[in-house]
Amino acid sequence: MIRFRALLTSALLLTSSLVLCASPSLAQQASATWDDHAQLPDPRLQTRFERITKELRCLVCQNESIADSNVDLAADLRRQVREMLVAGRSDDAIFKFMTDRYGEFVRFAPPLSAKTALIWGAPFFMLLLGGLIIYRVVRQRSRMPIDE
Amino acid sequence: MWKFLLPFAAFVALVVLFAFGLNPNRDIHELPSPLIGKAAPEFALTDVLDPTRTVSTAALKGQVYVLNVWATWCVACREEQEELLAIARQHVVPIIGLDYRDNQDKAKLWLTQLGNPYAAVPFDGDGRTAIDWGVYGAPETYLVDSHGRIIFKFISPMTEEVWEKEFLPRIAAARSGA
Repeated sequence: MIRFRALLTSALLLTSSLVLCASPSLAQQASATWDDHAQLPDPRLQTRFERITKELRCLVCQNESIADSNVDLAADLRRQVREMLVAGRSDDAIFKFMTDRYGEFVRFAPPLSAKTALIWGAPFFMLLLGGLIIYRVVRQRSRMPIDE
Repeated sequence: MWKFLLPFAAFVALVVLFAFGLNPNRDIHELPSPLIGKAAPEFALTDVLDPTRTVSTAALKGQVYVLNVWATWCVACREEQEELLAIARQHVVPIIGLDYRDNQDKAKLWLTQLGNPYAAVPFDGDGRTAIDWGVYGAPETYLVDSHGRIIFKFISPMTEEVWEKEFLPRIAAARSGA
């Protein structure tokens, strides 16, 4: 019984740490969007600007978004996004501009395609696999005689 | 049977994964460029050494050339300078030196002090041309064929080995195919 409880606790710990790791936004929300210039005149454009720049990876530091990074390239890319927004370009057009030049890797959440199916599918597959293992272990143990 | 085969299969899968993932020759920061095989993004920029001269992709069309992205603030660029000078002395292809996010005076000083391997030095002070080319650092070196298509991109300082193994065969192939 004790062993089963230890198993359950470690499974819970593992799941919660996975959930924490999978949500980097928790850590990022604390810092306000660092910006080179004043806000965009239209608050709706500013909202889109903040969303898009959080969605684009800074290729120099690779795990930071261009909204959070203060390297020169990120500043250049923010300027590009700002200019395209003011010029009335759509979000899709801006993302296409970036992926045409830097590849799908520039997006933190690349669109689902044959190439990215593994990235999107892996968490569900792992969850299924983990669930299956837990189910089998628990069932096996419930059939064993009580050892204490 | 399954009881033994399944863990063994998982073990083999892990070995394959690690062999690929932990390969010391693979730089995880190196990204494949989506521009390979596509037309080189156009630019028309002034030359660092001669502000009256315009360097443009349109004028470069029809010949195989190398575009090297460099800057005076880039330490690794100083590292590859010797090799670039050696390559320039071979007179195989012209090297175009895109001066990325730099200061023109410092760039001029650099070229006079360390030597100039470039056939032309277009100045990209605000980094816009670099964005078009998908540059995310310096040095980066591109190979463009006579149709104006990017056929290869190398990230990191140029070395003799890389030049001979990666660039020269591609230049020869581009010339025989054209």
